[in-house]
Amino acid sequence: MTNVWIIPAIMAGSFLAILAVGKRLPEMGRAAIGIAAVAVCFVLSCIVAFGWVERVNDHSDGREVVACGNEQFQEPLYVGLEMSPELEAETEASLEESLEEQSLEGAAPLSVGENAASAPATSPAAFAADYDDGPTPPIVCSLTWFESGMGADGNAISFEIGTYVDGLSVMMLFTVTLISLLVHVFSTAYLHGDRRHTHYFAFLSLFTAAMLFYVLSSNTLQMLVGWELVGVCSFGLIGHWWEERKNSDAALKAFMTNRVGDMGLLIGIILLFFAAGSTSFSVLHLNEYALSGEANTTLLLIGSLCLFAGVTSKSGQFPLHTWLPDAMAGPTPVSALIHAATMVVAGVYLIARLYPVFWSGLEIGGSQIHYVALIGGLTTLVGASLAFVQTDLKKVLAYSTISQLGFMVMALGVGAWTAGVFHLFTHAFFKAALFLGAGSVSHACHHTFDMREMGGLRKKMPITHGTFLICTFALAGIVPFAGFWSKDEILAGAAAGQGAGAYHLMLGMGLITAFLTAAYMGRAYWMTFWGEYRGHAHPHESPKVMTVPLIILSVFATFAGIINFPFYWFNGVGIGAHWFEDMVQPTFLFPPELVVADFNYWIAGLSVLLAVGGIALSFSYYQYDLGKGLRGLTQRNAVAGAGYRLLENKYYLDAIYDGLGEAMRGGIARGSYWVNQNIIDKIVDGAGVGAREVGKVTYRYVDQGVVDTIVNSTGTASNESGDAFRKVQTGKVQHYGALLFGSAVLLGIVFVIVQAIVNS
Amino acid sequence: MILADSGLMVAQNIGFAVIAFMIVGAAIRVVTTDNVMHAALYLVMVLAGVAAQYILLAAEFIAIVQVIVYIGAIVVLFLFGIMLTEAKLGKSDDLDNKPMRPVAIAVAVALLGLLAYSLVDYYGDDQLALAGQTTAELGQTTAQVADSVFITYLIPFEVVGVLLLVALTGAIVLARRD
Amino acid sequence: MLLNQFLLLGAVLFCIGVYGVLVRRNGVMVLMSIELILNAVNINLVAFGTHLQQATGQAFALFVIPIAAAEVAVGLAIVLMIYRNRRSIDVDSLDEMKG
Repeated sequence: MTNVWIIPAIMAGSFLAILAVGKRLPEMGRAAIGIAAVAVCFVLSCIVAFGWVERVNDHSDGREVVACGNEQFQEPLYVGLEMSPELEAETEASLEESLEEQSLEGAAPLSVGENAASAPATSPAAFAADYDDGPTPPIVCSLTWFESGMGADGNAISFEIGTYVDGLSVMMLFTVTLISLLVHVFSTAYLHGDRRHTHYFAFLSLFTAAMLFYVLSSNTLQMLVGWELVGVCSFGLIGHWWEERKNSDAALKAFMTNRVGDMGLLIGIILLFFAAGSTSFSVLHLNEYALSGEANTTLLLIGSLCLFAGVTSKSGQFPLHTWLPDAMAGPTPVSALIHAATMVVAGVYLIARLYPVFWSGLEIGGSQIHYVALIGGLTTLVGASLAFVQTDLKKVLAYSTISQLGFMVMALGVGAWTAGVFHLFTHAFFKAALFLGAGSVSHACHHTFDMREMGGLRKKMPITHGTFLICTFALAGIVPFAGFWSKDEILAGAAAGQGAGAYHLMLGMGLITAFLTAAYMGRAYWMTFWGEYRGHAHPHESPKVMTVPLIILSVFATFAGIINFPFYWFNGVGIGAHWFEDMVQPTFLFPPELVVADFNYWIAGLSVLLAVGGIALSFSYYQYDLGKGLRGLTQRNAVAGAGYRLLENKYYLDAIYDGLGEAMRGGIARGSYWVNQNIIDKIVDGAGVGAREVGKVTYRYVDQGVVDTIVNSTGTASNESGDAFRKVQTGKVQHYGALLFGSAVLLGIVFVIVQAIVNS
Repeated sequence: MILADSGLMVAQNIGFAVIAFMIVGAAIRVVTTDNVMHAALYLVMVLAGVAAQYILLAAEFIAIVQVIVYIGAIVVLFLFGIMLTEAKLGKSDDLDNKPMRPVAIAVAVALLGLLAYSLVDYYGDDQLALAGQTTAELGQTTAQVADSVFITYLIPFEVVGVLLLVALTGAIVLARRD
Repeated sequence: MLLNQFLLLGAVLFCIGVYGVLVRRNGVMVLMSIELILNAVNINLVAFGTHLQQATGQAFALFVIPIAAAEVAVGLAIVLMIYRNRRSIDVDSLDEMKG
């Protein structure tokens, strides 16, 4: 477990290998490299996971000191793992030499950069915190990358690079490698004969490497690197078919939207670094500081809000969620891997990883409402309500993803840490399965995702249909599928709250979403698989390489719930009650006062009832042709009209988008103007306007004062800022230069002031 | 070489002040003069002044490299550039982007304020270790610099070599007429 | 002598360079301003080297100088290219990226 760096290194090696020799190999060859690498990683992840479980269960020894040289776990990891040539290419010879220099002459103050993969395990600077008996501390290994400047404690600040293994990262390791493996397999059929097959698999490998690198990061700087790498891969994969303008636009939009949040992330990281005494970026250090009780809560609050800006963009939280549906322009397996299961949860992972910072900064334990929980709740509602009006199967799933991400963030916001992370875990399986199912369907129907051209597919594609149905149930939260257990924990957590009482608003939002989720999934399911076939292709079941991953994922979607089962029913197979919680929830440097809510029969019953009701409603609407009566209703009845108006508003929104785009574009050159128009303006305006429209609908259900005010002011503020930004884009390098220097100076001044505050 | 016996080093300070004013004055002229040729010549003054400052800092080798490479090569490159682009040799009014001036001044002054504040705040009255030290003790003889470059930083040195080669090739490719 | 007098000299030179980069319309002049910036950096490097009594500062200053030379060579080649294509090296007129 001290050598987990091998896992991302293998994927990076696979990326280089595919890039280097992929063109000369047949299609299967390239895919084989990727699949083999992921498979090895998956096996290694399982080993690491078992190691971690053992470590948690093992109450006797091996806990006091965890250093990198720990022999215990080294052997199994090295077995069958010789350094491939690609890996060696990655470990540039130069770095090795400079390392030797270092060990010979003592550390040079500015040694050349080395990455974790290239570092021989001989000279690691072990990090061992002082552990006591009770908690299970993480295993942290790090190397000093370089040292520079002088920290507040008089020593040089060392910039480290290393790995951090605990329940959370092990869980992510397992999830990412498993889903990546299945997606790789699925892709061999889906992308058969694609124009850029090589690039596709290379990017998949790089993406997996980056994600693994990210989840294993031991410090925030390293996390930033992984975060950005993941963003770049996402950009590359969304724009995979860039010949179509729509796709490259979507890729740009995703990238630009993420930039907005990344600025926040960067500032947040720097702020936290200053706040925690300007000595280290290490996750352990930051968490320790946040929990020390002497933390400057104002700085923590600002810092965590800045970090949350990053989360907002990456995890598609309101109001920066607009890129996610567009990101569906990429190949479907990518949507499954990136935009459902792994990348978008990077933000959720960030909150979970730095939870003490958020806990102390936002005073989660002592409040009933705060920014993170509110945004999470809002996102989940916005996503769920927008999913109704989509006719594109993938977009339904995309909005559903937004909604579920909102759920996770909300869970973390209300203090239900385990519930949020558990939902991340289960959601990864069923959402990946849903996306792959959508891919399978479109593969059969001439690559269309329009549900209006589907229907009646359940007989023609029985396996896809079965898995899709299971995952729909899981997503809707029907007993006993995985989604039920995780969703229910979140609701119970919101109902129980922390210290200061329940998060009632969030509970309400969660329950409404549970209903909406079931309803829109029922709609999507029906439109795709029931009724008469409305398209022109000749649908047929997909090949085995596509259905087998689906089956595996739906098995997980069915049974993943038991690993955090609230009762002792599965002791026989070694899974006790709340096993997941015991394994994953950190016991070391974690908010001690955090309360885990108990299973709540009332809420569970209510949410299942709502979910069944939702599915039944949409099913009866479509299947038993209650539509006619209802359709009439929408014109007469105000309440029933709400859903209808949402549909209308969606179209209205499109008109606004087009109008804005056309009016402002007129006759001026494209280039960055385009970026500005479509990205900044549309995102900001669109988010504002869209939110306002959606806000009108949610008005009925939720406390209208809060939502409306926020939403309206976002709209106005973003309209104005969009206009202001547009004038800045003159296309003259010197103007950009002036802006660059000016803003760098401003940022510098801000940090000087922060430093002064910290010092005073 | 003993640099100075007393901590005050009056002569060096006076030298510094004179050269520093020359550098700053010439640098301001580089960015304000309306004659391209004059700008290049002022740039020579700045570069020479900087070389003189290196000598004050007991870094003779860098000073000599500065003279050879900067004044000898880079300035000549600039003169070639000026001639090849057939710039007007006399005064020309449109060298500056006039609307940018206030912005640029504001940015430059703010930047200077920030830098000066941080420097004064952090380094205050730190003395340079020059007084009473030989260059050997300072670790700056040419031999020591060479050791540093060819042992500790051998790989960056090679990389710089490759970079120069690449840059030269790139410049040729870009500038070739075809 | 104080460390700061050299660092401040570097800072002043840097800011003058930034000013030049921002206002000059002539491509060659912009490159000259960049040279000022690089010289400011070099002064800092050498001053710190002396302050910390290490050869590293000078070594890095030595790396900066050839890189500056490379930058000027490529920069001038680009300026020549622009001149050849547009008969002007006014960077102000290069606004194809206008939005």
